[in-house]
Amino acid sequence: MNRIFKLALCAGVATLVSTAAMAAGMTVGFSQIGSESGWRAAETSVTKQEAEKRGITLKFADAQQKQENQIKAIRGFIAQGVDAILVAPVVATGWEEVLGEAKEAEIPVVLLDRGVEAPQDLYLTSVASDQVKEGRVAGEWLVKTVGDKPCKVVELQGTVGSTPAINRKKGFEEAISGHSNITIARSQTGDFTRAKGKEVMEGFLKAENGGKDICAMYAHNDDMAVGGIQAIKDAGLKPGKDILVVSIDAVPDIFAAMAAGEANATVELTPNMAGPAFDALEAFKKDGKQPEKFIITESKLYTPADNPQGEYEARKGLGY
Amino acid sequence: MRAQSLSHLFSHQVIALAGVLLINWMVFPGFFDVTWKDGRLFGSLIDVINRGAPVAILAIGMTPIIATRGVDLSVGAVMAVAGAVAATFTVAGHPLVVTLAAALAVAIACGLWNGLLIAFLGIQPFVATLVLMVAGRGLAQLITEGSIVTFSDPALIFIGTGSLLGLPMPAVIALLLMLGAHLFVRRTAMGLFIEAIGTNRSAATYTGLRSRSLILAIYAFGGFCAGVAGIIAAADIRGADANNAGLWLELDAILAVVIGGTSLLGGRFSIPLSVLGAIIIQAMNTGILVSGFPPEFNLIVKAGVIMIILILQSARLGEIVAAIRTKNPLGRKTP
Repeated sequence: MNRIFKLALCAGVATLVSTAAMAAGMTVGFSQIGSESGWRAAETSVTKQEAEKRGITLKFADAQQKQENQIKAIRGFIAQGVDAILVAPVVATGWEEVLGEAKEAEIPVVLLDRGVEAPQDLYLTSVASDQVKEGRVAGEWLVKTVGDKPCKVVELQGTVGSTPAINRKKGFEEAISGHSNITIARSQTGDFTRAKGKEVMEGFLKAENGGKDICAMYAHNDDMAVGGIQAIKDAGLKPGKDILVVSIDAVPDIFAAMAAGEANATVELTPNMAGPAFDALEAFKKDGKQPEKFIITESKLYTPADNPQGEYEARKGLGY
Repeated sequence: MRAQSLSHLFSHQVIALAGVLLINWMVFPGFFDVTWKDGRLFGSLIDVINRGAPVAILAIGMTPIIATRGVDLSVGAVMAVAGAVAATFTVAGHPLVVTLAAALAVAIACGLWNGLLIAFLGIQPFVATLVLMVAGRGLAQLITEGSIVTFSDPALIFIGTGSLLGLPMPAVIALLLMLGAHLFVRRTAMGLFIEAIGTNRSAATYTGLRSRSLILAIYAFGGFCAGVAGIIAAADIRGADANNAGLWLELDAILAVVIGGTSLLGGRFSIPLSVLGAIIIQAMNTGILVSGFPPEFNLIVKAGVIMIILILQSARLGEIVAAIRTKNPLGRKTP
């Protein structure tokens, strides 16, 4: 409750501040999907921070997981005559009409985090991560770390059939192909959750000689890795040493595990999609520079050498 | 009469469990290996009772509810709420007793809310508990502010990951709860009351049963069980995950009760058999994990096994088998 109040206050103050700096800054409408995960909450708070940093007035609309709310919000932004619109689309289809309206009003639209199935001229650019690359970066780290030694990997997959699970699996397999010493011994779904990650890892540990045969655990997200780490500890092994732990997302809790020496690497899915979006918008407004159609965010690798305690502190307040 | 029919049913569930365990052993020969590690038992079989405990506890609470011809769809969400309350209380520095009391009190309040809607306002259980199933998760998210609240209080974590006499705590709690609930309904007239309401509520009321208060109490007990399961689930991962804690577990709990032989139309019930049902479900889950099947097959394998179990339990199948045994049921000539 308190936080909501603070946010409201912040928004209020931000509006006041930026009304003063109206001449310098743009007014941007942001239609967010909702708050289905910690990552999304972090994306919202980082977007607000980035806007404030640049003196941009951000009009924020939470769609509560409904496309109709997003379309309503976008029409609202058009009516208010904003300078640009950011959309994190909840689904891929059904955007032609409302994006066409924005185009007619000459308001550039930037897609965040997810793509849409609509003609490319209806939006200025899209900012998203490359999930296959995330898997590849994780795999490349493992290849580099184990060298020529034989290594049996167990994989905690995301929800069966979900795009991130398919892509992160594909990228990892690409990276380890051609290195016959590294094999994926077992692969099961942990549904992207801690509890299931722990349960699945418990099963793997029993099935692989009490865990003695496992050299590394690759999890499609950090939450499952955190669950898996607990299972490894319960089995009397040392996560991070006896079994290497590599995962994706870079949420605060994996940095806490890293600081404790229990995780080895994570690949960041940055919540800062708005930064590159604002950069592209500012350049476009200033001298009409057309950005690339697909801006891919960096998939940065973090290891214990990257000050995990500091990263934990820095990310903790973002709402993950 | 009842003892006889129960022993008949009992054999069904035990055979089903033995069958599932046998298949597990065939796909993973080390399934029955249990070793002693760091002062506790360690092995797949222990995983089955440990992981099965939350659903077993939910099933203990769900059994009397279903026996009175009701259903509680909100138990998964109530788990999330109880976990969220426990986590936020312990993070705020409250002692264990206060934390547990608060989480259980909220869970019981959720159960009372369901009971009020059903017993006093006459809303159908399916609809009444659907409200809390949806709203409860939202409530949990509000409490945790949408993030996973992690904690490190060793006493609270012990409830989820500790062990007593080598057995995992969740299993010990489930066992105690099962014994307590079973003795309570069978050593008092409570079991009879529940069956009377489930068979014919108005008849039961006319004979002088205070069916409203009883139903209210039964749903409160369901809430209490969901609270216990929620605390265990949170303590297990050292954090309250409002989005995922207990997600869809209400369905597993209902299934466990049904496998345990309690009819969704109310009446006869058995709490220990419901717990056995939960163990059968978990034996299947654990078996899939150690088997090395690709995850795409998980749900198909589960559905297949459950179908076989339910078909074996079907009364009609029993009649058909009996008819075939008595020969010539349809007047056909046997060669």
